[in-house]
Amino acid sequence: MRAVLLGPWLRAGTGPRPHPATPHRAPHRALRAAPTAPNTACDSQQRLPAAGRDLPALKKVSVEVLDHLEQLALVDFRDSEGVERLQKAIQFADQLHEVNTDGVEPMDSVLEDRCLYLREDDVTEGNCTKELLENAREKVEEYFVAPPGNIPLPKLEERETFLQGSK
Amino acid sequence: MAAAVAMAARGCGGVWRRARQRGAGQPGPGPGPFPRGQRAVACNARGGAVPAGKSGLVPWVPVVGLEIHAQISSNSKLFSGSQVQFAAPPNSLVSFFDASLPGTLPVLNRRCVEAAVMTGLALNCSINKKSLFDRKHYFYADLPAGYQITQQRVPIAVNGSLSYSLCIDNKMSQMVTKTVRIKQIQLEQDSGKSLHDDTRSQTLVDLNRAGVGLMEVVMEPDMCCGEEAAAAVRELQLILQTLGSSQAVMAEGQLRVDANVSVHHPGEPYGVRTEVKNINSIRFLAKAIDYEIQRQIEELENGGTILNETRAFDSKLGFMPEPNLPPLILYDAKSLPANMNHQQVINIDWIHERLPDLPSVKRKKLVEQYGILPEHSFTLLNEDGLAEFFESVVKQTQMKPKKVIGWILKDLLSYLKQHSLTVKESPVSSFLLADLLNLLEKKEISSPAAKQVFMELWKGEGKTPLEIVKEQKLGLLQDQKELEQICQAVIDGQENEVMAIKAGNQKVLNKLIGLVQKKTEGRSNPVLVKQLLEKKLSE
Repeated sequence: MRAVLLGPWLRAGTGPRPHPATPHRAPHRALRAAPTAPNTACDSQQRLPAAGRDLPALKKVSVEVLDHLEQLALVDFRDSEGVERLQKAIQFADQLHEVNTDGVEPMDSVLEDRCLYLREDDVTEGNCTKELLENAREKVEEYFVAPPGNIPLPKLEERETFLQGSK
Repeated sequence: MAAAVAMAARGCGGVWRRARQRGAGQPGPGPGPFPRGQRAVACNARGGAVPAGKSGLVPWVPVVGLEIHAQISSNSKLFSGSQVQFAAPPNSLVSFFDASLPGTLPVLNRRCVEAAVMTGLALNCSINKKSLFDRKHYFYADLPAGYQITQQRVPIAVNGSLSYSLCIDNKMSQMVTKTVRIKQIQLEQDSGKSLHDDTRSQTLVDLNRAGVGLMEVVMEPDMCCGEEAAAAVRELQLILQTLGSSQAVMAEGQLRVDANVSVHHPGEPYGVRTEVKNINSIRFLAKAIDYEIQRQIEELENGGTILNETRAFDSKLGFMPEPNLPPLILYDAKSLPANMNHQQVINIDWIHERLPDLPSVKRKKLVEQYGILPEHSFTLLNEDGLAEFFESVVKQTQMKPKKVIGWILKDLLSYLKQHSLTVKESPVSSFLLADLLNLLEKKEISSPAAKQVFMELWKGEGKTPLEIVKEQKLGLLQDQKELEQICQAVIDGQENEVMAIKAGNQKVLNKLIGLVQKKTEGRSNPVLVKQLLEKKLSE
């Protein structure tokens, strides 16, 4: 068994698993930056006259929410411009509130009226280790290699990357 | 440690007192999980809070809830056709979907749905005829998709209950039945496995387990200590194994339990809860929970607070509906659609009719059919194959089941435990044991002789009980005349004792019986000997 060879040097992954909210990051990969080019479609829509527009008061996105979003999605908003763009995107999406949805169930999927197909419990796939590992940049004896897991993002006050582009 | 385990064994009804009393000159080291000194008073087995006692200490009420993940026993995975198997070469049981390659889609495995429905029915749940799938997003190396498909909004089964039993005292003579509410059962994907290589600062990922079907069983915080939690998990394990929906072997990771633990004073709101995770045996589960309860009580009594690290944020974030899967629709006899392909239809009533007898029903039947005690039925079902062995022996012997059970639970079971064997590995088959018990029942051997034969049978040399009896000359003397002669000889040789007996001292008779036994090398039936002696002495 392969696992036996590596035994003495490894420990099983019994460390804490993240819940959706437990932050961690890959140490040598920067956070993905939010798109820098403005979405022109978004901007042009905002100039549409809206009949009986009744938008909620334009809320500022709080620092705590931004921090939380960065941790959840591993996205870096970089600077105040990025945050501005986020605000505008939220404003744009808020137009959805204009539609009266009283008594209408939200739709999860256009497949909602279809039958969910049930498959028989037969083994039909697998045994393609070589093919799968072809995609891996690094591998060790048929294992995929990943950076060490669960490095928590430092707290808000301590983080260098948060809004690092701001002046 | 021993004190706490002993306390737990006494059964828990809800309240723990202070771990130790503060008093002048309290000796010993600093606070530990199980400090010496005044032990916390045992819980009230009837449940409910115990009023502050003479010492004036305010009692604590521990609260324990469980989240249990049971791996579904199926050939293939929940949403793909790769095989489910323990300990295979790394990444050999992985399909393109399991590896989250683009362009792949989930296809639901019928068998997994049936397993969840069976389990829901066995736990008295309402089965949701329409349930939904969601994605729960988080980042981890062994979750290649970046999300887990689960059922957060509308799971497949809700609002059930599980009854389990505890011994009130250490002697296993009094059992009390408790119930824990089942909040819900949901279908979800398992993740892969990570092996951490700290020296090279990397993680090795094996996706064989990624995508295997799990049933998450959420139990409401109705339990109050490690012993209750352990008993509930044990009963759930037996139920799953009886249904066949999961093999539920904790050591192989097929049954994983996370416990949520908190403490509060009676009448006050629940305290902050912490999670106890990564436990791989039921026994350790009880200990770990009790340890955590003790730790929290001490922390709070020392003026500290309980920190919950894992739920710092609102855990409702990170969910979205799974857009690739329409709702899962289940049917019953009434709503069965006329023109649908049978293979595409799951009928809850059909499954209900075919559920096997659950452990609680089996125990009741054993007690009713064989007249054994409830505690016996628990032990019979607790050992894999023991109940079947018992019934097999009963069928093949004239000995009453009430007597047979003693042999099964005391002799056979203790030998098995001593040698760490399962019932299936027993060198003594039910046939051989029944044979031996027949000899005993027909009074061809004495009880001590039978135990000796049993010991010999255990060697597994293939001899029958009768052969062993002959070999070791263990058979009871059948020749009445010979026995009478020996009795007479003993009487003749013990004049003083005979006089004492005739004078009214009956106890001396035992000495005479002993002498006969000696002369016959233990091959006489003491009851018969007593009768013969008494008859002769009265002549």
